[in-house]
Amino acid sequence: MDSGTLEFVIGHLNYWLFILLMMTGLYIVVAKGNLVKKIVGLNIFQTSVFMLYISIGKVTGGTAPIFPLDMKVDPDVVYSNPLPHVLILTAIVVGIATTSLGLALIIRIREEYHTIEEDQIAEIENAVLKSEQWASERATGEHS
Amino acid sequence: MATEQLHHTALTLVDHLPILEVLVPFVAAPLIVVLGSRKLAWPIAFVASAISFVIACLLLLQVLDGSYISYHIGGWAPPLGIEYRVDAANAFVLFLVSGISTVILPYARASLEAEIPRRSTTLLYALYLLCLTGLLGVVITGDAFNVFVFLEISSLSTYVLIAQGSHRDKRALTAAYDYLVMGTIGATFFVIGIGFLYMATGTLNMADLAERIAVQSDSRTIRAAFAFIVVGVGLKVAIYPLHLWLPNAYTFAPSAITAFLAGTATKVAIYVLLRFMFSVFQPGFVAQVPTLEVIILPFALLAMFGASLTAIFQRDLKRMLAYSSIAQIGYMLLGIAFFSQAGLMATMIQLFNHGITKAALFMGVGAFVLRAGGSFYHHLNGLGKSMPWTSAAMVIAGMSLIGIPGTAGFISKWLLVQAALDAGWWPIAILIVASSLLAVIYVWRMIETLYLTESKAELQARQAPMSMLIPLWIMALACIYFGLDSDLTLSASRTAAEGLLAGSTGME
Repeated sequence: MDSGTLEFVIGHLNYWLFILLMMTGLYIVVAKGNLVKKIVGLNIFQTSVFMLYISIGKVTGGTAPIFPLDMKVDPDVVYSNPLPHVLILTAIVVGIATTSLGLALIIRIREEYHTIEEDQIAEIENAVLKSEQWASERATGEHS
Repeated sequence: MATEQLHHTALTLVDHLPILEVLVPFVAAPLIVVLGSRKLAWPIAFVASAISFVIACLLLLQVLDGSYISYHIGGWAPPLGIEYRVDAANAFVLFLVSGISTVILPYARASLEAEIPRRSTTLLYALYLLCLTGLLGVVITGDAFNVFVFLEISSLSTYVLIAQGSHRDKRALTAAYDYLVMGTIGATFFVIGIGFLYMATGTLNMADLAERIAVQSDSRTIRAAFAFIVVGVGLKVAIYPLHLWLPNAYTFAPSAITAFLAGTATKVAIYVLLRFMFSVFQPGFVAQVPTLEVIILPFALLAMFGASLTAIFQRDLKRMLAYSSIAQIGYMLLGIAFFSQAGLMATMIQLFNHGITKAALFMGVGAFVLRAGGSFYHHLNGLGKSMPWTSAAMVIAGMSLIGIPGTAGFISKWLLVQAALDAGWWPIAILIVASSLLAVIYVWRMIETLYLTESKAELQARQAPMSMLIPLWIMALACIYFGLDSDLTLSASRTAAEGLLAGSTGME
């Protein structure tokens, strides 16, 4: 690996971590059958986006975007961009709402199905579907 | 043409219409919760929705000539402040969404009472208004991040509304859960795309974004943003392979909620797709990446045939209509794929016509569920006799779904076929007609069940209550009205298509 590639890899460290976290989250959502674990995966996936936003707000050599009390802003001081942080505050709120709603749904699902495993839920639903089909066939059979 | 109105001294109520459109239902929702009165919940929801509808009509009349209204929230000028921008395209969608919501609310009262325990109804109306707020906000805003926020407001309330179907069938819970997972992935993809756009351009205002993308459209960051946004919104639209959440969500949600969502939610998502493809990214950019022919077109055709075929083999009318929705979304995508003014016009008008048609059909299903105890075909046997008014409205809406001349559905199919011929894609035109034949099959199955089978002797279904019949008939008559007198819809969709195809010049 020459120094150019190395610089590219290290210089984009925040993006590599973003991709890693994002893929971890998505993988958990897709691969896990436990409903709670899926929500955890969803959370990791969302958090990766928070990281992306916050890291792109950083300006090299920039300091925290807090103005002095007397508002005499030195034009030479470089500030990091605060806007992505503000956006992500909103996204965090959305993430919390999604998580809590997802968990609330899981509680209701457990009350009704007595399980939170996807394959067992699918089994129960297939059984319901079969009985519906049977009822519908019987009903139409009577009339034809 | 542009109506600039930022004189802090002389702002009248009319100047504030864009924000009031969203603010009225947004304030009414917590009001319902705070008052906590079961008696007041419905009137407040209805009045708020009706006010939104009136405002949407006023806005549409102002922008029909091709001008636009730019409203600066808090007086902060864009691109720094958040801007609400109303042009023909979104005023038309606002009109559709608030109109459907206002017609469905009177219907919802009786329907929800039967399907939801009484203690939940108060909060349900608050959520309904929040969902409406989100949908209207997505449409009216001119700020890319604002779209995400409103999208999540509407999505989160939608998940809860769908889960309310669990009082009839526990599968509503898993349907809501699946939609939550997929919807969140979609919204997060969307927000990643916005992040990339912000990274490349440093702005979030749509008009500003469009200008800056125009000068650096070959940037890889912007291309990645385009991909993320199309896939993210595609999940909400239910583009064919991303549609898996839709059938269960529509089948198990309470009937009134299904009617509301089917008429509005996917339509709003289509609007977002259009807005981003053509206004934020330029038509030139979209033409340069072969997204339309290679991705959108085949999936649109798959939806038209795959989903229609699936619809034919359903035993449940409600689920059949859900699959038919996916097929109809295929038509809208097809119009986009033509990439011409005629095609976009067909998309806009199909968006409107299918909105009212599907709302009417799902309202009819709700009436059947109320009186016959279910929406399976064997519940519907012979209901043409015992519920003649509901059945007749279903037949009218069904014809509009097929696209029989004289109904709204015909206008959109006609324009779509014309757009296909204009583009010289006559095989596509034939496919459009062929997939309409599939619609004939599944709609005929419904009509056959209603009219040509004997009803069970022990089950005497009564007529649906007037509060449900009148809204249902308003929608059914709208299907005919907009099929006969298409001046309003045609001119609105033509202006909208012109504005969209003009790209950022249309936003100046």
